[in-house]
Amino acid sequence: MDTPLKRTPLHHAHVKAGARMVPFGGWEMPVQYTGIVEEHRAVRAAVGCFDVSHMGEFEVEGAGALAALQRLTTNDVAALAIGQVQYSLLCHAHGGIVDDLTVYRLGAERYMLTVNAANIDKDWAHLMAEGRHPGARWRDVSDATGLIAVQGPRAEALVGRLADADVTSILYYHAAPRSLAGVPALVSRTGYTGEDGFELYVAAADTERLWTALLEAGRTDAVAPIGLGARDTLRLEMRYALYGNDIDDTTNPLEAGLGWVVKPAKGDFLGREAIERVRAAGPSRRLVGLEMIERAVPRHGYRILKDGAPVGVVTSGSYGPTVDRSIALGYVPAALAAVGTALDVEIRGQPRAARVAKTPFHPSRVKKG
Amino acid sequence: MRVGITAFAQEQLGDVVFVELPKVGARVTAHQAFGVVESVKAVSDLFAPVTGEVVEVNPELASKPEIVNQDPYGKGWMLVVQPADPGEWDGLLTSQQYEEFLAQDAH
Repeated sequence: MDTPLKRTPLHHAHVKAGARMVPFGGWEMPVQYTGIVEEHRAVRAAVGCFDVSHMGEFEVEGAGALAALQRLTTNDVAALAIGQVQYSLLCHAHGGIVDDLTVYRLGAERYMLTVNAANIDKDWAHLMAEGRHPGARWRDVSDATGLIAVQGPRAEALVGRLADADVTSILYYHAAPRSLAGVPALVSRTGYTGEDGFELYVAAADTERLWTALLEAGRTDAVAPIGLGARDTLRLEMRYALYGNDIDDTTNPLEAGLGWVVKPAKGDFLGREAIERVRAAGPSRRLVGLEMIERAVPRHGYRILKDGAPVGVVTSGSYGPTVDRSIALGYVPAALAAVGTALDVEIRGQPRAARVAKTPFHPSRVKKG
Repeated sequence: MRVGITAFAQEQLGDVVFVELPKVGARVTAHQAFGVVESVKAVSDLFAPVTGEVVEVNPELASKPEIVNQDPYGKGWMLVVQPADPGEWDGLLTSQQYEEFLAQDAH
C-alpha cells in the first residue's frame, strides 16, 4: 500500500510556516505549527485557523434529492430550511455507522454533504449503491473545494472584517454566501472545537489567498494556524466523536450517544429497523467520558477495567489542555455508564484510577439561537 | 550522574504532559527503558545512558511535567543515577558532540 499521500491546496503554506507534516487518513497534513498545547489555548482564548480541505464534499441536486437523502441519512432532511445545516449519520442496514457528516440545504432542491477525509471513497461508493434515486444528480466536488475553519471567541470579528456583508446574522448551523477578502465563500457557522466560529468553503484555487488574508487580518486578534493535534484535543474536550476512533461501521448511533440525530418518525431510512431494535432493548454498552484521577494518559485501544476485569475499551484519549487533566472516551457496559462510576484504565499493564465524567468536559461556547 | 532528555528529544516529542519514573533504589540498565514520557500525541520510552542505581528522582515532574520542555538540561532533569561502572561515562557524548552528530545526520 504505497499510495502517495494527497495534499491540500495549502500544503506549501504549511511547509513554509514550519508545520510538522504527518500522514492522516491518506493525506499529508499539519499536526502542529508551534505546539499542540499552545495552539489549543489560542483557539480557546482568541482565534485559530485550521486547514480542513482534506474533508470531502458531495453535492446532490434535483427533484429526487430530498428523497435520496431521507433514505441515506438518519436525521430529518425535510426539516432543513434553505441555508440551514444539519449534523447527521450515514448508516448501514445493520445499524453500523458508515460516516458522520453535515448536510447543507443550499437551494430548494440542492444539498451539500461534508464527510470525513478518510471516508470519501467509501462514502461515495455507499451513496452510489444506495442513493441512486430518479431525479437525484450526484457530484463529488471534494477536489474542487477548499475548507478553512476559523474558530474561537475572536472568529466572528476576524471573519466579519474580511466580509463584504454582515456575518453576525449567520446563526449556528446556518450558512450563507459571502465574499471574504474578494474570495467567494460559503460561510457556515459550524465547527469542531466547542467555540464560536465558522467553516469557510471556497474554490480550491482560492484557498491559499483566503488563508493568507485571514492570518494577516487576524494579527490584531492574535490569530494562529492550528494543526490536527489541537483539533483533536479541542474536539475531545467537547466529546465530539471522531470517526474511526469513537464511531465506525461496527458501532450503532444509540450506544455512541448520537440518538439525537436519529429521527425514526420521518419514515424509512437505511438502518432504521436495526436502530429501533437497539432502542427497544436499550444499548448494551455506551460511549462515556472518562477522566483520569492520575495524570497518566489513556490512549485509543487501552482496556477499561472494573475490579480488575476488562469491561471496555478507550476509543480516544489525551491530555486536555483546557481542563488540565487526562480525559478519554470509551465504551463501557450500560450498567457502568453512570457519571461518577469508578473504573480503571490499563496503562502499560497497570490499572490506573479513572471515573465516568460528565461531558462535555469543558462547557460549549458555540453561538446558539 | 544526572539523567534527562536532550533539547532535541523534547522538541521532537512536543508538549510533555506526564513522566513515569522508577523509584529511588531501583536499578537501571544502560540502553534499556527505565520509564516513559507522554506528550499530548505520543508515549515514548526513556532509555538509561548507564547501568546503576537510582539515588534521586526529580519530585517536580509529577506536578510540572512541562519543565522537561522548558529546561531539559536544568530543572527538567529526571534521575540521579550512581553508575555501577564509572568507565561508562567515556562512551557518552557531550551535548556539543551530540549537536554535531545531529547536524551530520541532517545532511
